[in-house]
Amino acid sequence: MRSMKKLMLAGLAATTMLSSSAFAEGLSGELRVFSDMSNPAPRAVMEGMVERFGAMHPDLDIELTVIDREAYKTQIRNFLTADAPDVANWYAANRMGPYVNAGLFEDISDLWAEPEFAALASTKGAMTIDDKQWGVPYTYYQWGVYYRQDIFEELGLTAPATFEEELANCEKIVASGRACYTIGSKFLWTAGGWFDYLNMRTNGYDFHMQLARGEIEWTDDRVRETFANWRKLIDMGGFIEDHQTYSWQEALPFMINGDATAYLMGNFAVPHFRDGGLTDDQLGFYQFPVINPDVPMAEDAPTDTFHIPANAQNKEAAREFLRFIVSADNQTLINAGDALGQLPVNAESSVDDDKFLEAGFNMLSNDAPGGVAQFFDRDFSAEMAKAGMEGLQEFMVYPDNLDDILERLEFVRQDTAE
Amino acid sequence: MTDTTAAAPHHSWFHRNRKTITPWLFLLPGILFFSVYVIYPIIQSINLSFYKWDGLGEAEYVGTANYERLASDRAFTVSLFNNMKWLLLYLLAIPAGLFIALFLNQTVRGIRIYKSLFFFPFVISQVVVGLVFTWFYDPNFGLLNGILGAVGLGPINVLGDPALATYGIIAAGLWPQTAYCMILYLTGLNAVDPEQIEAARLDGAKGWRMLWHIIIPQLKPATFIAFVVTIIGALRSFDLISIMTNGGPFGSTRVLSFYMFEKALSEYGFRMGYGAAIAVVLFFIMLFFIAYFLWSMYQDEKGR
Repeated sequence: MRSMKKLMLAGLAATTMLSSSAFAEGLSGELRVFSDMSNPAPRAVMEGMVERFGAMHPDLDIELTVIDREAYKTQIRNFLTADAPDVANWYAANRMGPYVNAGLFEDISDLWAEPEFAALASTKGAMTIDDKQWGVPYTYYQWGVYYRQDIFEELGLTAPATFEEELANCEKIVASGRACYTIGSKFLWTAGGWFDYLNMRTNGYDFHMQLARGEIEWTDDRVRETFANWRKLIDMGGFIEDHQTYSWQEALPFMINGDATAYLMGNFAVPHFRDGGLTDDQLGFYQFPVINPDVPMAEDAPTDTFHIPANAQNKEAAREFLRFIVSADNQTLINAGDALGQLPVNAESSVDDDKFLEAGFNMLSNDAPGGVAQFFDRDFSAEMAKAGMEGLQEFMVYPDNLDDILERLEFVRQDTAE
Repeated sequence: MTDTTAAAPHHSWFHRNRKTITPWLFLLPGILFFSVYVIYPIIQSINLSFYKWDGLGEAEYVGTANYERLASDRAFTVSLFNNMKWLLLYLLAIPAGLFIALFLNQTVRGIRIYKSLFFFPFVISQVVVGLVFTWFYDPNFGLLNGILGAVGLGPINVLGDPALATYGIIAAGLWPQTAYCMILYLTGLNAVDPEQIEAARLDGAKGWRMLWHIIIPQLKPATFIAFVVTIIGALRSFDLISIMTNGGPFGSTRVLSFYMFEKALSEYGFRMGYGAAIAVVLFFIMLFFIAYFLWSMYQDEKGR
């Protein structure tokens, strides 16, 4: 902490001293980057990016501060107002709303107007608030159903394409003494993933987003229909028991041991499956099946982003850094299987040779005509997300409480809409 | 030093008033820090509870709206009710601590080791206690279900059942709290007057009568402290809840302090005004007990 403070002081001194010369040719001065990429692999990626950008701009003094990913979520409020870096990590869509509305993020629509940014069109919507863009994406990942191919073969099942097939599969899986799905809902958000998919498949992307923006009542019959579909899986014993006690990691062994056959998850779970001993022959991936054939398929693909705080000192260098981050080459490199192991947002990037990355890339580019959502807790407002996910968890344990849950959520919706 | 100082004492304002000033000088650092770090934040929180503020933009005055909303907020009622459960059941640590202390208050070989072992749960971090109990309750591999299974009782998921989860956490909290009360009573037992015990014995008192009429009255100071720390411990119950259930399942194990944290400071929170209103309610509950403690201490002092 002390050394960090020292560095910050030094940084502050350097920026004030050098800011006059920052407009000279090339980039100089100090570029301070705050990052939440604190897990080992993302951290290496972040450090690598800083190193390569530094090599391109030898006169620029880049100072990287990596903050624990969870702690970052609360710290960002302090440093954006009190001691803003030049570049900071955050998330797309509604999650950046509070900072945009409070005027703490820099409007970077000028960057998005540059021709190179056309390759990022798929996430432009998620980066836009009030017709302006407020950040750039560096990675995203698909959600979908990861399943035990070997058990499916043993039971003579194939990956379902429709909900009827899904239910038929599940019946056989339950009859074999297994659960269809593992899930750990202790930290709530996993239940949000299920709702996202069931609602987007039942009522479509547009309806889901209207609900997220608070334009539709939770007690609406169409919402009830989503829950009715969910209930079919719950009532047949599709989910593991006691999931409200487990985190998402604690729910992994059920699938690895074969007590459950599938997991609706983000692609970040794949290394965990592999560490658990599942080979690519045992582990398969399929897109969440069609429920209502009349609505186009839409997917969850949470996007992680970089932003320039409005109080940044060296915005010129920060803009250059963002250009570097979104460049096709950089996105190819940082999203490779041995780095982040996720999907590049830049359409001109190439995807690493990995079964799941290819499946995800293909799905998001070709099979998601309905749209790409961010995720329950990023699309809904913070308060609604918290109350909502709690209600979803309760529904999964006590489906009979549905009326009460929906009324409560409707109360929160009206309250936050004020 | 010079003759001015030699002549001055009787005229110097400081010297004339030093009996009044000196205590204030000694108190000054304490008063200063107490007002800056305790009194001022309390006033600030109370003030904030009349505003709607997300911690970033402008705060908007909303009068008593936050409190009105509290009244209709079911999560708040649940938290308040859970606080009551904590306050009542946590007090069990006092008799439990007393009986362990009585049991350990003997001179046998290695008694110090046994005392340390009983005191151990209080030494380890609450986070560790929480984790240990989470595994103990685990529906899959937990010891509890192993034991229940051995006697033919069905598996229960203590922390996953909204009706049981709070009691499960309180039980975990009682483990270190009992140890704390035990150590207080062990110290108290050292101060028990052996002559009174001798006299009581001559009068034929033993067993429960001896305990109730001779020992416990002499342990009154220890009981008072045990009561104070247990009440405060019950109201501060935060870490165990955060570790063991994170407030769940579906918010059924939240207490006021946890709910305040969630509303004001957690990932999905930042309703500062609403959080402050919860804090104010918690403050008044605490104030009730603090006032009682101060009053009874004052009575004690006066009696001397």
